[in-house]
Amino acid sequence: MKDKKIKPDRRFSIANREAIIGCLLAAFNILWWYGFAYGMGSKSPEEYTYIFGFPAWFFYSCIVGFIVMAVLVAVVVKFVLKEMPFTDDGEEDEVDSV
Amino acid sequence: MNWGVVIPLFIFLVIVFLAGIWSNRKMSGSASFISDYFIGNRELGGLVLAMTMVATYGSASSFLGGPGAAYSIGLGWVLLAMTQVATGYFVLLILGKKFAIVTRRYNAITLIDFLKERYQSKSVVLLSALSIIVFLFSAMAAQWVGGAYLIQTVTGISYTSALFIFTVSVLIYVIIGGFRAVALTDTIQGVVMFTGTLILLIAIVVAGGGVSAIFSDLIAENPNLVTPYGQDGQLSSLYVSSFWILVGVGVVALPQVAVRAMSYRDSKSMHRALIIGTIVVGFIMLNMHLIGVFARPVLPGIEVADRVIPLVALDVLPSWLAGIVLAAPLAAMMSTVDSLLLMVSSSVVKDVYLNYMKPNASHSHVKNVSMGVTAIVGIVAFILAINPPELLIFLNLFAFGGLEAAFIWPIVLGLYWKFANKYGAIASMITGIGAYIGIHFYNEAYGNLFGVHTVTIPVILSLIVFVAVSLLLKQKAYVFPHRKIGA
Repeated sequence: MKDKKIKPDRRFSIANREAIIGCLLAAFNILWWYGFAYGMGSKSPEEYTYIFGFPAWFFYSCIVGFIVMAVLVAVVVKFVLKEMPFTDDGEEDEVDSV
Repeated sequence: MNWGVVIPLFIFLVIVFLAGIWSNRKMSGSASFISDYFIGNRELGGLVLAMTMVATYGSASSFLGGPGAAYSIGLGWVLLAMTQVATGYFVLLILGKKFAIVTRRYNAITLIDFLKERYQSKSVVLLSALSIIVFLFSAMAAQWVGGAYLIQTVTGISYTSALFIFTVSVLIYVIIGGFRAVALTDTIQGVVMFTGTLILLIAIVVAGGGVSAIFSDLIAENPNLVTPYGQDGQLSSLYVSSFWILVGVGVVALPQVAVRAMSYRDSKSMHRALIIGTIVVGFIMLNMHLIGVFARPVLPGIEVADRVIPLVALDVLPSWLAGIVLAAPLAAMMSTVDSLLLMVSSSVVKDVYLNYMKPNASHSHVKNVSMGVTAIVGIVAFILAINPPELLIFLNLFAFGGLEAAFIWPIVLGLYWKFANKYGAIASMITGIGAYIGIHFYNEAYGNLFGVHTVTIPVILSLIVFVAVSLLLKQKAYVFPHRKIGA
Protein backbone atom coordinates (compact mmCIF):
# COMPACT_ATOMS: atom_id res chain seq x y z
CA MET A 1 0.00 0.00 0.00
CA LYS A 2 2.67 2.46 0.95
CA ASP A 3 4.57 2.56 -2.31
CA LYS A 4 1.28 3.09 -4.12
CA LYS A 5 1.25 6.56 -2.64
CA ILE A 6 4.59 7.37 -4.21
CA LYS A 7 3.62 6.54 -7.77
CA PRO A 8 0.85 9.14 -8.14
CA ASP A 9 3.26 11.81 -6.92
CA ARG A 10 5.68 10.79 -9.59
CA ARG A 11 2.98 11.20 -12.20
CA PHE A 12 2.24 14.62 -10.77
CA SER A 13 5.85 15.72 -11.02
CA ILE A 14 5.91 14.64 -14.66
CA ALA A 15 2.67 16.57 -15.17
CA ASN A 16 4.17 19.66 -13.52
CA ARG A 17 7.20 19.46 -15.77
CA GLU A 18 4.96 19.20 -18.85
CA ALA A 19 2.96 22.24 -17.73
CA ILE A 20 6.23 24.20 -17.52
CA ILE A 21 7.10 23.00 -21.02
CA GLY A 22 3.72 24.39 -22.12
CA CYS A 23 4.66 27.79 -20.71
CA LEU A 24 8.10 27.69 -22.37
CA LEU A 25 6.51 26.83 -25.73
CA ALA A 26 4.09 29.75 -25.38
CA ALA A 27 6.93 32.10 -24.36
CA PHE A 28 8.98 31.03 -27.39
CA ASN A 29 5.91 31.43 -29.60
CA ILE A 30 5.33 34.98 -28.35
CA LEU A 31 8.99 35.97 -28.81
CA TRP A 32 9.14 34.60 -32.36
CA TRP A 33 5.82 36.19 -33.28
CA TYR A 34 6.67 39.56 -31.75
CA GLY A 35 10.30 39.66 -32.88
CA PHE A 36 9.64 39.15 -36.57
CA ALA A 37 6.40 41.13 -36.72
CA TYR A 38 7.68 44.29 -35.06
CA GLY A 39 11.39 43.80 -35.78
CA MET A 40 10.87 43.68 -39.55
CA GLY A 41 7.44 45.26 -39.86
CA SER A 42 8.01 48.60 -38.18
CA LYS A 43 9.90 50.21 -41.07
CA SER A 44 7.88 51.99 -43.74
CA PRO A 45 6.06 49.76 -46.26
CA GLU A 46 8.19 51.03 -49.18
CA GLU A 47 11.22 49.32 -47.64
CA TYR A 48 9.54 45.95 -47.15
CA THR A 49 11.00 42.89 -48.79
CA TYR A 50 8.70 40.15 -50.04
CA ILE A 51 8.86 36.35 -49.85
CA PHE A 52 6.44 34.31 -51.99
CA GLY A 53 4.48 37.52 -52.42
CA PHE A 54 4.05 38.12 -48.67
CA PRO A 55 5.74 40.96 -46.77
CA ALA A 56 8.78 39.40 -45.06
CA TRP A 57 7.66 40.35 -41.53
CA PHE A 58 4.35 38.55 -42.02
CA PHE A 59 5.93 35.57 -43.75
CA TYR A 60 8.36 34.93 -40.89
CA SER A 61 6.15 35.92 -37.99
CA CYS A 62 2.88 34.25 -38.95
CA ILE A 63 3.54 31.64 -41.63
CA VAL A 64 6.99 30.35 -40.65
CA GLY A 65 6.14 30.97 -36.99
CA PHE A 66 3.12 28.70 -37.23
CA ILE A 67 5.09 25.96 -38.99
CA VAL A 68 7.90 26.22 -36.42
CA MET A 69 5.40 25.90 -33.56
CA ALA A 70 3.69 22.90 -35.16
CA VAL A 71 7.08 21.18 -35.60
CA LEU A 72 8.18 22.07 -32.06
CA VAL A 73 4.96 20.73 -30.56
CA ALA A 74 5.38 17.51 -32.54
CA VAL A 75 9.01 17.16 -31.37
CA VAL A 76 8.03 17.82 -27.75
CA VAL A 77 5.20 15.28 -27.95
CA LYS A 78 7.41 12.61 -29.52
CA PHE A 79 10.53 13.01 -27.41
CA VAL A 80 9.66 14.79 -24.17
CA LEU A 81 6.13 13.97 -23.06
CA LYS A 82 5.65 10.75 -21.14
CA GLU A 83 2.80 8.32 -21.43
CA MET A 84 1.08 7.43 -18.21
CA PRO A 85 -2.15 5.86 -16.96
CA PHE A 86 -4.79 8.27 -15.68
CA THR A 87 -6.65 5.85 -13.47
CA ASP A 88 -5.40 4.56 -10.15
CA ASP A 89 -6.51 0.96 -10.62
CA GLY A 90 -4.25 -1.39 -12.53
CA GLU A 91 -1.37 0.93 -11.88
CA GLU A 92 1.29 -1.75 -11.66
CA ASP A 93 1.25 -2.94 -15.24
CA GLU A 94 1.50 0.52 -16.73
CA VAL A 95 4.12 1.98 -14.44
CA ASP A 96 6.91 0.51 -16.55
CA SER A 97 6.06 2.79 -19.44
CA VAL A 98 6.49 5.80 -17.13
CA MET B 1 -33.74 30.60 -53.41
CA ASN B 2 -30.28 29.57 -54.58
CA TRP B 3 -30.64 25.80 -54.66
CA GLY B 4 -27.05 25.22 -55.73
CA VAL B 5 -25.94 26.67 -52.39
CA VAL B 6 -28.80 25.38 -50.27
CA ILE B 7 -28.53 21.70 -51.19
CA PRO B 8 -24.91 21.18 -49.96
CA LEU B 9 -25.81 23.05 -46.76
CA PHE B 10 -28.84 20.83 -46.32
CA ILE B 11 -26.81 17.65 -46.86
CA PHE B 12 -24.37 18.89 -44.24
CA LEU B 13 -27.18 19.33 -41.70
CA VAL B 14 -28.50 15.82 -42.43
CA ILE B 15 -25.06 14.29 -41.83
CA VAL B 16 -24.84 16.12 -38.53
CA PHE B 17 -28.26 14.76 -37.50
CA LEU B 18 -27.26 11.21 -38.35
CA ALA B 19 -24.17 11.56 -36.18
CA GLY B 20 -26.37 12.63 -33.26
CA ILE B 21 -28.67 9.67 -33.68
CA TRP B 22 -25.78 7.26 -33.98
CA SER B 23 -24.24 8.59 -30.74
CA ASN B 24 -27.55 8.17 -28.97
CA ARG B 25 -27.70 4.49 -29.90
CA LYS B 26 -24.16 4.04 -28.68
CA MET B 27 -25.01 5.79 -25.42
CA SER B 28 -28.03 3.64 -24.58
CA GLY B 29 -25.64 0.76 -23.98
CA SER B 30 -23.65 2.74 -21.44
CA ALA B 31 -23.97 2.32 -17.68
CA SER B 32 -23.51 5.86 -16.40
CA PHE B 33 -25.86 8.27 -18.13
CA ILE B 34 -24.67 11.48 -16.52
CA SER B 35 -20.98 10.86 -17.21
CA ASP B 36 -21.77 9.81 -20.76
CA TYR B 37 -24.18 12.63 -21.55
CA PHE B 38 -22.01 15.46 -20.25
CA ILE B 39 -18.50 14.16 -20.88
CA GLY B 40 -18.75 11.15 -23.24
CA ASN B 41 -17.48 8.72 -20.56
CA ARG B 42 -13.93 10.14 -20.91
CA GLU B 43 -13.16 8.13 -23.97
CA LEU B 44 -12.39 10.68 -26.66
CA GLY B 45 -9.53 9.73 -28.95
CA GLY B 46 -6.86 12.12 -30.24
CA LEU B 47 -8.48 13.34 -33.46
CA VAL B 48 -11.92 13.85 -31.90
CA LEU B 49 -10.39 15.62 -28.89
CA ALA B 50 -8.37 18.01 -31.08
CA MET B 51 -11.29 18.74 -33.37
CA THR B 52 -13.80 19.30 -30.61
CA MET B 53 -11.44 21.77 -28.92
CA VAL B 54 -10.80 23.66 -32.14
CA ALA B 55 -14.47 23.63 -33.16
CA THR B 56 -15.73 24.72 -29.75
CA TYR B 57 -13.26 27.53 -29.65
CA GLY B 58 -13.56 28.66 -33.27
CA SER B 59 -16.91 30.42 -33.24
CA ALA B 60 -18.81 32.87 -35.36
CA SER B 61 -16.21 35.49 -34.55
CA SER B 62 -13.38 33.49 -36.12
CA PHE B 63 -15.41 32.81 -39.25
CA LEU B 64 -17.41 35.95 -39.86
CA GLY B 65 -16.36 38.77 -37.51
CA GLY B 66 -12.61 38.04 -37.63
CA PRO B 67 -12.19 37.90 -41.41
CA GLY B 68 -14.50 40.91 -41.63
CA ALA B 69 -12.16 42.84 -39.35
CA ALA B 70 -9.15 41.68 -41.39
CA TYR B 71 -10.94 43.01 -44.49
CA SER B 72 -11.04 46.54 -43.11
CA ILE B 73 -7.89 46.55 -40.93
CA GLY B 74 -5.46 44.51 -43.04
CA LEU B 75 -2.55 42.21 -42.14
CA GLY B 76 -2.34 43.64 -38.61
CA TRP B 77 -5.51 41.76 -37.77
CA VAL B 78 -4.12 38.51 -39.17
CA LEU B 79 -1.10 38.99 -36.91
CA LEU B 80 -3.47 39.45 -33.98
CA ALA B 81 -5.47 36.37 -34.93
CA MET B 82 -2.32 34.25 -34.98
CA THR B 83 -2.03 34.61 -31.20
CA GLN B 84 -4.62 31.84 -31.20
CA VAL B 85 -2.13 29.19 -32.36
CA ALA B 86 -1.26 28.83 -28.67
CA THR B 87 -4.71 27.46 -27.86
CA GLY B 88 -3.78 24.33 -29.83
CA TYR B 89 -1.14 23.22 -27.33
CA PHE B 90 -1.37 25.47 -24.28
CA VAL B 91 -4.68 24.28 -22.77
CA LEU B 92 -3.81 20.60 -23.00
CA LEU B 93 -0.28 21.08 -21.69
CA ILE B 94 -1.21 23.35 -18.79
CA LEU B 95 -4.25 21.48 -17.51
CA GLY B 96 -2.63 18.40 -18.88
CA LYS B 97 -2.21 15.09 -17.20
CA LYS B 98 -2.64 16.40 -13.69
CA PHE B 99 -6.15 17.62 -14.50
CA ALA B 100 -6.93 14.29 -16.16
CA ILE B 101 -5.78 12.29 -13.10
CA VAL B 102 -7.33 14.58 -10.50
CA THR B 103 -10.72 14.88 -12.19
CA ARG B 104 -10.89 11.09 -12.41
CA ARG B 105 -10.19 10.78 -8.69
CA TYR B 106 -12.79 13.44 -7.95
CA ASN B 107 -15.30 11.76 -10.28
CA ALA B 108 -15.61 15.26 -11.76
CA ILE B 109 -17.78 15.65 -14.83
CA THR B 110 -17.90 19.41 -15.01
CA LEU B 111 -15.38 22.13 -14.31
CA ILE B 112 -17.43 23.04 -11.24
CA ASP B 113 -17.16 19.48 -9.88
CA PHE B 114 -13.42 20.02 -9.89
CA LEU B 115 -13.65 23.40 -8.13
CA LYS B 116 -16.16 21.98 -5.63
CA GLU B 117 -13.87 19.16 -4.52
CA ARG B 118 -10.73 21.24 -4.59
CA TYR B 119 -12.05 24.16 -2.54
CA GLN B 120 -14.83 22.43 -0.57
CA SER B 121 -16.92 25.58 -0.68
CA LYS B 122 -20.54 26.10 -1.56
CA SER B 123 -19.87 29.75 -2.40
CA VAL B 124 -17.28 28.80 -5.01
CA VAL B 125 -19.75 26.39 -6.60
CA LEU B 126 -22.68 28.79 -6.71
CA LEU B 127 -20.53 31.71 -7.88
CA SER B 128 -19.06 29.59 -10.68
CA ALA B 129 -22.41 28.15 -11.70
CA LEU B 130 -23.90 31.63 -11.83
CA SER B 131 -21.04 33.00 -13.98
CA ILE B 132 -21.27 30.06 -16.35
CA ILE B 133 -25.02 30.27 -16.72
CA VAL B 134 -25.13 34.05 -17.26
CA PHE B 135 -22.04 34.49 -19.45
CA LEU B 136 -22.27 31.34 -21.51
CA PHE B 137 -25.99 31.69 -22.03
CA SER B 138 -25.39 35.13 -23.50
CA ALA B 139 -22.50 33.94 -25.62
CA MET B 140 -24.67 31.15 -26.90
CA ALA B 141 -27.67 33.29 -27.73
CA ALA B 142 -25.37 35.65 -29.66
CA GLN B 143 -24.14 32.72 -31.78
CA TRP B 144 -27.79 31.83 -32.34
CA VAL B 145 -28.28 35.27 -33.90
CA GLY B 146 -25.16 34.81 -36.08
CA GLY B 147 -26.34 31.41 -37.29
CA ALA B 148 -29.71 32.75 -38.25
CA TYR B 149 -28.16 35.68 -40.17
CA LEU B 150 -25.95 33.32 -42.12
CA ILE B 151 -28.83 31.01 -43.09
CA GLN B 152 -30.83 34.10 -44.00
CA THR B 153 -28.06 35.51 -46.23
CA VAL B 154 -27.60 32.25 -48.08
CA THR B 155 -31.19 31.09 -48.49
CA GLY B 156 -33.14 34.33 -48.51
CA ILE B 157 -35.77 33.02 -46.05
CA SER B 158 -36.93 35.26 -43.19
CA TYR B 159 -34.82 35.77 -40.08
CA THR B 160 -37.31 34.00 -37.81
CA SER B 161 -37.55 30.92 -40.05
CA ALA B 162 -33.76 30.82 -40.32
CA LEU B 163 -33.49 31.02 -36.56
CA PHE B 164 -36.03 28.23 -36.23
CA ILE B 165 -34.08 25.93 -38.56
CA PHE B 166 -30.85 26.65 -36.71
CA THR B 167 -32.41 26.01 -33.27
CA VAL B 168 -34.13 22.79 -34.26
CA SER B 169 -30.96 21.40 -35.86
CA VAL B 170 -28.80 22.11 -32.84
CA LEU B 171 -31.35 21.00 -30.24
CA ILE B 172 -32.08 17.67 -31.85
CA TYR B 173 -28.56 16.39 -31.84
CA VAL B 174 -27.55 17.88 -28.51
CA ILE B 175 -30.63 16.56 -26.69
CA ILE B 176 -30.52 13.08 -28.05
CA GLY B 177 -26.78 12.63 -28.28
CA GLY B 178 -25.19 14.64 -25.45
CA PHE B 179 -21.46 15.22 -25.31
CA ARG B 180 -20.55 12.30 -27.52
CA ALA B 181 -22.76 13.64 -30.32
CA VAL B 182 -21.32 17.10 -29.80
CA ALA B 183 -17.74 15.82 -29.96
CA LEU B 184 -18.51 13.74 -33.02
CA THR B 185 -20.31 16.49 -34.90
CA ASP B 186 -17.52 18.88 -33.87
CA THR B 187 -15.12 16.55 -35.64
CA ILE B 188 -17.19 16.60 -38.82
CA GLN B 189 -17.50 20.36 -38.50
CA GLY B 190 -13.77 20.73 -37.86
CA VAL B 191 -12.98 18.84 -41.05
CA VAL B 192 -15.49 21.01 -42.94
CA MET B 193 -13.88 24.19 -41.57
CA PHE B 194 -10.38 22.97 -42.44
CA THR B 195 -11.18 22.11 -46.06
CA GLY B 196 -13.65 24.99 -46.49
CA THR B 197 -11.06 27.63 -45.60
CA LEU B 198 -8.43 26.01 -47.81
CA ILE B 199 -10.73 25.95 -50.86
CA LEU B 200 -11.80 29.53 -50.34
CA LEU B 201 -8.23 30.77 -49.84
CA ILE B 202 -7.05 29.13 -53.06
CA ALA B 203 -10.06 30.47 -54.96
CA ILE B 204 -9.51 34.00 -53.76
CA VAL B 205 -5.76 33.99 -54.53
CA VAL B 206 -6.64 32.87 -58.07
CA ALA B 207 -9.40 35.49 -58.35
CA GLY B 208 -7.00 38.21 -57.16
CA GLY B 209 -4.31 37.23 -59.72
CA GLY B 210 -1.81 35.75 -57.24
CA VAL B 211 -0.41 36.81 -53.87
CA SER B 212 2.01 39.44 -55.26
CA ALA B 213 -0.72 41.10 -57.31
CA ILE B 214 -3.04 41.20 -54.31
CA PHE B 215 -0.38 42.84 -52.15
CA SER B 216 0.46 45.48 -54.76
CA ASP B 217 -3.27 46.28 -55.03
CA LEU B 218 -3.44 46.63 -51.25
CA ILE B 219 -0.37 48.91 -51.15
CA ALA B 220 -1.79 51.00 -53.97
CA GLU B 221 -4.95 51.49 -51.95
CA ASN B 222 -3.38 52.09 -48.53
CA PRO B 223 0.17 50.97 -47.56
CA ASN B 224 -0.92 50.66 -43.91
CA LEU B 225 -2.95 47.58 -44.85
CA VAL B 226 0.25 45.53 -45.18
CA THR B 227 1.87 46.78 -41.95
CA PRO B 228 1.30 45.26 -38.50
CA TYR B 229 -0.35 48.49 -37.34
CA GLY B 230 -3.75 48.51 -39.04
CA GLN B 231 -5.19 50.74 -41.77
CA ASP B 232 -5.10 53.87 -39.59
CA GLY B 233 -2.08 52.78 -37.58
CA GLN B 234 -4.50 52.16 -34.72
CA LEU B 235 -3.07 48.82 -33.54
CA SER B 236 -0.17 49.37 -31.14
CA SER B 237 2.20 46.46 -30.59
CA LEU B 238 1.20 46.42 -26.91
CA TYR B 239 -2.50 46.21 -27.69
CA VAL B 240 -2.05 43.40 -30.20
CA SER B 241 0.23 41.55 -27.79
CA SER B 242 -2.41 41.70 -25.04
CA PHE B 243 -4.55 39.41 -27.16
CA TRP B 244 -2.17 36.64 -26.12
CA ILE B 245 -4.12 36.73 -22.86
CA LEU B 246 -7.63 36.98 -24.31
CA VAL B 247 -7.44 34.45 -27.13
CA GLY B 248 -4.15 32.66 -26.47
CA VAL B 249 -3.29 31.52 -22.98
CA GLY B 250 -6.48 32.72 -21.24
CA VAL B 251 -8.52 30.14 -23.13
CA VAL B 252 -7.40 27.66 -20.45
CA ALA B 253 -10.06 29.19 -18.22
CA LEU B 254 -13.04 28.85 -20.56
CA PRO B 255 -15.27 26.19 -18.99
CA GLN B 256 -16.37 24.76 -22.34
CA VAL B 257 -12.70 24.26 -23.29
CA ALA B 258 -11.52 23.07 -19.86
CA VAL B 259 -14.21 20.38 -19.73
CA ARG B 260 -12.69 18.88 -22.87
CA ALA B 261 -9.39 18.56 -21.06
CA MET B 262 -11.03 16.01 -18.76
CA SER B 263 -12.77 14.01 -21.46
CA TYR B 264 -9.96 12.16 -23.20
CA ARG B 265 -9.26 8.48 -22.95
CA ASP B 266 -5.53 8.27 -22.27
CA SER B 267 -2.22 10.07 -22.59
CA LYS B 268 -1.81 8.81 -26.14
CA SER B 269 -5.02 10.59 -27.21
CA MET B 270 -3.82 13.75 -25.52
CA HIS B 271 -0.45 13.61 -27.30
CA ARG B 272 -2.09 13.16 -30.70
CA ALA B 273 -4.54 15.97 -29.93
CA LEU B 274 -1.67 18.33 -29.14
CA ILE B 275 -0.16 17.91 -32.60
CA ILE B 276 -3.43 17.83 -34.55
CA GLY B 277 -4.95 20.70 -32.56
CA THR B 278 -1.98 23.03 -33.08
CA ILE B 279 -1.88 22.37 -36.82
CA VAL B 280 -5.64 22.65 -37.34
CA VAL B 281 -6.20 25.78 -35.26
CA GLY B 282 -3.20 27.58 -36.80
CA PHE B 283 -4.17 26.57 -40.30
CA ILE B 284 -7.81 27.66 -39.95
CA MET B 285 -6.98 30.97 -38.27
CA LEU B 286 -4.24 31.88 -40.76
CA ASN B 287 -6.35 30.98 -43.81
CA MET B 288 -9.60 32.49 -42.63
CA HIS B 289 -8.09 35.86 -41.77
CA LEU B 290 -5.92 35.97 -44.88
CA ILE B 291 -9.10 35.41 -46.89
CA GLY B 292 -10.50 38.52 -45.22
CA VAL B 293 -7.48 40.63 -46.27
CA PHE B 294 -7.30 39.18 -49.79
CA ALA B 295 -11.03 39.78 -50.29
CA ARG B 296 -10.45 43.53 -50.23
CA PRO B 297 -8.99 44.00 -53.73
CA VAL B 298 -11.15 41.18 -55.13
CA LEU B 299 -14.48 42.48 -53.88
CA PRO B 300 -14.08 46.08 -52.67
CA GLY B 301 -16.69 48.13 -50.86
CA ILE B 302 -18.37 45.60 -48.57
CA GLU B 303 -19.91 47.59 -45.74
CA VAL B 304 -21.03 44.95 -43.22
CA ALA B 305 -18.01 43.07 -41.90
CA ASP B 306 -19.93 39.88 -41.07
CA ARG B 307 -21.01 39.53 -44.69
CA VAL B 308 -17.50 39.51 -46.20
CA ILE B 309 -17.05 35.73 -46.11
CA PRO B 310 -20.51 34.77 -47.47
CA LEU B 311 -20.34 37.39 -50.23
CA VAL B 312 -16.82 36.46 -51.26
CA ALA B 313 -17.63 32.75 -51.30
CA LEU B 314 -20.65 33.36 -53.50
CA ASP B 315 -18.54 35.59 -55.75
CA VAL B 316 -15.40 33.51 -56.36
CA LEU B 317 -16.76 29.95 -56.19
CA PRO B 318 -19.27 27.99 -58.25
CA SER B 319 -22.50 27.86 -56.23
CA TRP B 320 -22.34 24.21 -55.19
CA LEU B 321 -18.83 24.72 -53.88
CA ALA B 322 -19.87 27.93 -52.12
CA GLY B 323 -22.53 25.85 -50.38
CA ILE B 324 -19.87 23.46 -49.09
CA VAL B 325 -17.55 26.26 -48.05
CA LEU B 326 -20.32 28.20 -46.30
CA ALA B 327 -21.11 25.08 -44.31
CA ALA B 328 -17.83 25.97 -42.51
CA PRO B 329 -19.02 29.08 -40.64
CA LEU B 330 -22.34 27.38 -40.02
CA ALA B 331 -20.38 24.43 -38.62
CA ALA B 332 -18.34 26.81 -36.47
CA MET B 333 -21.42 28.35 -34.97
CA MET B 334 -23.26 25.11 -34.45
CA SER B 335 -20.26 23.49 -32.83
CA THR B 336 -19.79 26.43 -30.46
CA VAL B 337 -23.46 26.62 -29.62
CA ASP B 338 -23.83 22.92 -28.96
CA SER B 339 -20.95 22.88 -26.47
CA LEU B 340 -22.19 26.01 -24.72
CA LEU B 341 -25.70 24.58 -24.56
CA LEU B 342 -24.39 21.42 -22.95
CA MET B 343 -22.20 23.45 -20.61
CA VAL B 344 -25.09 25.60 -19.42
CA SER B 345 -27.40 22.65 -18.90
CA SER B 346 -24.68 20.69 -17.09
CA SER B 347 -24.23 23.64 -14.73
CA VAL B 348 -27.94 23.70 -14.03
CA VAL B 349 -28.44 19.95 -13.72
CA LYS B 350 -25.19 18.64 -12.33
CA ASP B 351 -23.79 21.57 -10.39
CA VAL B 352 -26.91 23.08 -8.90
CA TYR B 353 -29.79 20.61 -9.09
CA LEU B 354 -27.96 17.40 -8.20
CA ASN B 355 -25.59 19.03 -5.73
CA TYR B 356 -28.05 20.97 -3.68
CA MET B 357 -31.62 20.17 -4.62
CA LYS B 358 -31.94 16.49 -5.28
CA PRO B 359 -28.72 14.57 -4.60
CA ASN B 360 -30.39 11.12 -4.66
CA ALA B 361 -32.20 11.44 -7.98
CA SER B 362 -32.76 8.17 -9.81
CA HIS B 363 -31.06 7.29 -13.08
CA SER B 364 -34.11 7.87 -15.26
CA HIS B 365 -35.01 11.05 -13.39
CA VAL B 366 -31.54 12.51 -14.06
CA LYS B 367 -31.86 11.55 -17.71
CA ASN B 368 -35.22 13.28 -18.10
CA VAL B 369 -34.07 16.38 -16.24
CA SER B 370 -30.85 16.63 -18.31
CA MET B 371 -32.67 16.41 -21.62
CA GLY B 372 -35.49 18.65 -20.39
CA VAL B 373 -33.16 21.38 -19.16
CA THR B 374 -31.14 21.24 -22.38
CA ALA B 375 -34.35 21.68 -24.37
CA ILE B 376 -35.61 24.55 -22.20
CA VAL B 377 -32.29 26.41 -22.33
CA GLY B 378 -32.28 26.06 -26.12
CA ILE B 379 -35.84 27.28 -26.49
CA VAL B 380 -35.27 30.27 -24.21
CA ALA B 381 -32.20 31.17 -26.30
CA PHE B 382 -34.37 30.90 -29.42
CA ILE B 383 -37.03 33.22 -27.99
CA LEU B 384 -34.41 35.75 -26.89
CA ALA B 385 -32.69 35.64 -30.27
CA ILE B 386 -35.91 36.47 -32.16
CA ASN B 387 -35.60 39.97 -30.85
CA PRO B 388 -32.26 40.17 -29.07
CA PRO B 389 -32.45 42.48 -26.05
CA GLU B 390 -29.71 45.04 -25.41
CA LEU B 391 -28.71 43.18 -22.28
CA LEU B 392 -27.89 40.07 -24.26
CA ILE B 393 -25.52 41.87 -26.59
CA PHE B 394 -24.00 43.59 -23.61
CA LEU B 395 -23.42 40.36 -21.65
CA ASN B 396 -21.99 38.67 -24.72
CA LEU B 397 -19.26 41.29 -24.82
CA PHE B 398 -18.22 40.09 -21.40
CA ALA B 399 -18.59 36.41 -22.00
CA PHE B 400 -15.07 35.25 -22.84
CA GLY B 401 -13.02 37.86 -21.04
CA GLY B 402 -15.28 37.74 -17.97
CA LEU B 403 -15.09 33.97 -17.71
CA GLU B 404 -11.33 34.04 -18.14
CA ALA B 405 -10.90 36.66 -15.45
CA ALA B 406 -13.15 34.63 -13.14
CA PHE B 407 -11.81 31.14 -13.66
CA ILE B 408 -8.16 31.27 -14.72
CA TRP B 409 -6.58 31.38 -11.25
CA PRO B 410 -9.05 29.15 -9.39
CA ILE B 411 -8.31 26.48 -12.02
CA VAL B 412 -4.58 26.91 -12.54
CA LEU B 413 -3.57 27.68 -8.95
CA GLY B 414 -6.04 25.10 -7.61
CA LEU B 415 -4.21 22.54 -9.67
CA TYR B 416 -0.61 23.61 -9.06
CA TRP B 417 -0.45 25.59 -5.80
CA LYS B 418 -1.09 23.71 -2.60
CA PHE B 419 -1.81 26.84 -0.59
CA ALA B 420 -4.59 27.97 -2.92
CA ASN B 421 -7.74 28.02 -0.80
CA LYS B 422 -11.42 28.87 -1.04
CA TYR B 423 -11.05 32.43 0.29
CA GLY B 424 -8.48 33.18 -2.38
CA ALA B 425 -10.69 31.60 -5.04
CA ILE B 426 -13.82 33.53 -4.07
CA ALA B 427 -11.94 36.83 -3.78
CA SER B 428 -10.22 36.24 -7.11
CA MET B 429 -13.46 35.44 -8.94
CA ILE B 430 -15.23 38.51 -7.59
CA THR B 431 -12.21 40.72 -8.35
CA GLY B 432 -11.86 39.28 -11.83
CA ILE B 433 -15.46 39.81 -12.88
CA GLY B 434 -15.80 43.13 -11.05
CA ALA B 435 -12.59 44.56 -12.51
CA TYR B 436 -13.55 43.29 -15.96
CA ILE B 437 -16.89 45.08 -15.90
CA GLY B 438 -15.37 48.24 -14.41
CA ILE B 439 -12.50 48.43 -16.89
CA HIS B 440 -14.86 47.66 -19.74
CA PHE B 441 -16.81 50.82 -18.97
CA TYR B 442 -13.62 52.83 -18.41
CA ASN B 443 -12.23 51.70 -21.78
CA GLU B 444 -15.50 52.51 -23.55
CA ALA B 445 -15.45 56.02 -22.18
CA TYR B 446 -11.76 56.98 -22.17
CA GLY B 447 -9.96 54.53 -24.49
CA ASN B 448 -7.96 51.49 -23.42
CA LEU B 449 -6.38 51.78 -19.98
CA PHE B 450 -2.57 51.38 -20.37
CA GLY B 451 -3.26 50.65 -24.07
CA VAL B 452 -4.07 46.97 -23.53
CA HIS B 453 -7.18 44.84 -24.06
CA THR B 454 -9.81 44.92 -21.29
CA VAL B 455 -9.01 41.39 -20.12
CA THR B 456 -5.35 42.07 -19.24
CA ILE B 457 -5.64 44.05 -16.02
CA PRO B 458 -8.41 41.94 -14.40
CA VAL B 459 -6.36 38.79 -15.00
CA ILE B 460 -3.35 40.36 -13.26
CA LEU B 461 -5.47 41.82 -10.43
CA SER B 462 -7.26 38.55 -9.76
CA LEU B 463 -3.89 36.77 -9.53
CA ILE B 464 -2.62 39.25 -6.95
CA VAL B 465 -5.84 39.04 -4.95
CA PHE B 466 -5.89 35.24 -5.12
CA VAL B 467 -2.35 34.88 -3.80
CA ALA B 468 -2.70 37.62 -1.19
CA VAL B 469 -5.99 36.34 0.25
CA SER B 470 -4.84 32.70 0.21
CA LEU B 471 -1.72 33.63 2.16
CA LEU B 472 -3.54 35.98 4.51
CA LEU B 473 -6.22 33.48 5.48
CA LYS B 474 -3.77 30.64 5.23
CA GLN B 475 -4.95 27.09 5.57
CA LYS B 476 -3.09 23.83 5.74
CA ALA B 477 -1.41 22.82 2.45
CA TYR B 478 -3.81 20.94 0.19
CA VAL B 479 -3.05 17.36 -0.76
CA PHE B 480 -4.93 15.71 -3.59
CA PRO B 481 -6.64 12.45 -2.58
CA HIS B 482 -4.54 9.41 -3.35
CA ARG B 483 -7.31 7.45 -4.93
CA LYS B 484 -10.80 7.83 -6.31
CA ILE B 485 -13.00 9.50 -3.72
CA GLY B 486 -15.94 7.46 -2.50
CA ALA B 487 -14.45 4.34 -4.07
